[in-house]
Amino acid sequence: MVGQGKYIKWIGAVLALIAALLFSAGIGLSVGELKLSVGEVWRMLLHGGDESNLQYLLISRVRLPRVILGIAVGGALSLAGVILQGIYRNPLVEPFTLGISGGASLGVAFTIVLGLHVSLGSFMLPLSGFTGAFVIIFLVYTLSSRKGSINIQNMLLTGVMVSFIASSAMMFLMATTSSDNLHGIVFWIMGSLDEPDTGLIKLTLISSLVVLVIAYLFVQPLNALRLGEEKAMHLGVNTNVVIRVMFILASLLAGICVSVAGVIGFVGLIIPHVLRLLFGSDYRFLLIGSFLLGGIFLVLSDVVARTIISPNELPIGVITGIIGGVVFLLLMSQKRKGN
Amino acid sequence: MSDTFFHIDNFSCGYPGFKLSGINLSLEKGSFNGIIGPNGSGKTTLFRGITNSIATLDGAVFLKGKNLQQLSLKERAQNIAIVSQFVDTDQILVEDYVLMGRMPYHNRFQFFESKGDYEKAHHYMQLTDVLKHKDKLMTELSGGEQQRAAIARALTQEPELLLLDEPTSHLDITHQVKILDLLYRLNKEMKLTVLMVIHDLNLASEYCDQLILFNEGRLFTQGTPEEVLSFDTIEKVYKTPVITRTNPYSNKPVIFLVSEKMMKDSHN
Repeated sequence: MVGQGKYIKWIGAVLALIAALLFSAGIGLSVGELKLSVGEVWRMLLHGGDESNLQYLLISRVRLPRVILGIAVGGALSLAGVILQGIYRNPLVEPFTLGISGGASLGVAFTIVLGLHVSLGSFMLPLSGFTGAFVIIFLVYTLSSRKGSINIQNMLLTGVMVSFIASSAMMFLMATTSSDNLHGIVFWIMGSLDEPDTGLIKLTLISSLVVLVIAYLFVQPLNALRLGEEKAMHLGVNTNVVIRVMFILASLLAGICVSVAGVIGFVGLIIPHVLRLLFGSDYRFLLIGSFLLGGIFLVLSDVVARTIISPNELPIGVITGIIGGVVFLLLMSQKRKGN
Repeated sequence: MSDTFFHIDNFSCGYPGFKLSGINLSLEKGSFNGIIGPNGSGKTTLFRGITNSIATLDGAVFLKGKNLQQLSLKERAQNIAIVSQFVDTDQILVEDYVLMGRMPYHNRFQFFESKGDYEKAHHYMQLTDVLKHKDKLMTELSGGEQQRAAIARALTQEPELLLLDEPTSHLDITHQVKILDLLYRLNKEMKLTVLMVIHDLNLASEYCDQLILFNEGRLFTQGTPEEVLSFDTIEKVYKTPVITRTNPYSNKPVIFLVSEKMMKDSHN
């Protein structure tokens, strides 16, 4: 069959990534202060364990939710990144370039400064984070929409500017609040996969999968946008609708991630890039590939964050930044040598 | 009206700062048409109006009796294909690029190209002589090759009408002639209707059955090259003195520019 080579390569890569994801999950479940073999972990999870077994409780109540959240957030952030890069035709855009993290952080900072998470309950933190992100998305969207059409370059600039304003506002809050609150804000911003609420974990996982499925329905329009907005339209793509739907979905998804796990930068930028370098820019592969590799990357980064200065824990954003950046630079220089 | 193949009826379109108005134009099926005119006269704007990239202000465009405004974007892309002046892509294989021409025929749930899609793409790549480059990246091709790949992509849309926006303006003379010969062959062999914006009046004269001259947002005149390329028309629109002669080989009009230098030299 014609074109088989391309499809075989993609299928092979997706299967390899799924295997790697399962393997990383295994590592995430077995590594920690209490070391277990991967085999033991799988056995325990498959056959169920008894609730009085401490090992089983640790795996199922502590590590499993963390690994699942890692997969969901890592997958979601790189999916959001790859979608936004597609609609902006700019490989340097990621969810956070558009001020989504700035808005979420500002929302959380307000909550902490006003003490709402103490008076109303800790659910206020993710809720205010999401509200902040949502307000920013709404602002960027409406400021760059005019007369039924949307100016994509304006939108990028608007996003960057709104992002600056949000981070300045947050600096103001941080500079004027008590040191206790300051600590709380900084701690939240640094990001962590430690989330006690399993409902939020489920919400993150489900929304990331839903966005993946919907984005796939727009996969060929995303490919057409690689030629530019006008040329995509000449191929019969309703670019106005595609860009709107994709922008809203990707940024809401990023908003959910930030409000649950804090600011974990770089994933949405690095993961799609690595896959573009290795497999080219066809979104039919990139969407699924980014989701899987993002999940792998975040689960493994979390393992490093938990173990490197054990029993203490490093913020996961530190690890994603360092590992991601170094791997990316290596790949780039390798690629240049190859050419 | 419905018996004309392509018909532009009292059409106006534009954007803030520029307006194209009162355009009436008919093209016959299988004809080879050139749009000429000075910079900023509205040539490209007409294309953008036809493809709905900018708002239609008045009038309508009909293809085989159907109002383009009433067609969906996909139906429009199945009937009209456009080759732009520049092929601006990211890292994409030539084959994948040409295959995009099948997109207007896919529904939302068709994520992958069929065997038939590949056959069509390869057929048109063969015609335009880019099949040998199918596994290269678009960015690795020369300007002329990219333009031929763009034509292959447009043909893969299997359109009724092919629009080209200055397809040769940044190419050297060899590639200019190669591209125009290719279009001429496609026009004759496939009965493909061609509407092309072209700056070079002599090439326009050589290849086109009909020339359409634009000036300051209006259609100035249209007709055969002999009718349109008269020296008073050209001088009036382009505001530069010219000499017109007939090419002894093709019997088509040829335009020579008259420069200040030439006038001085001839007086001495």
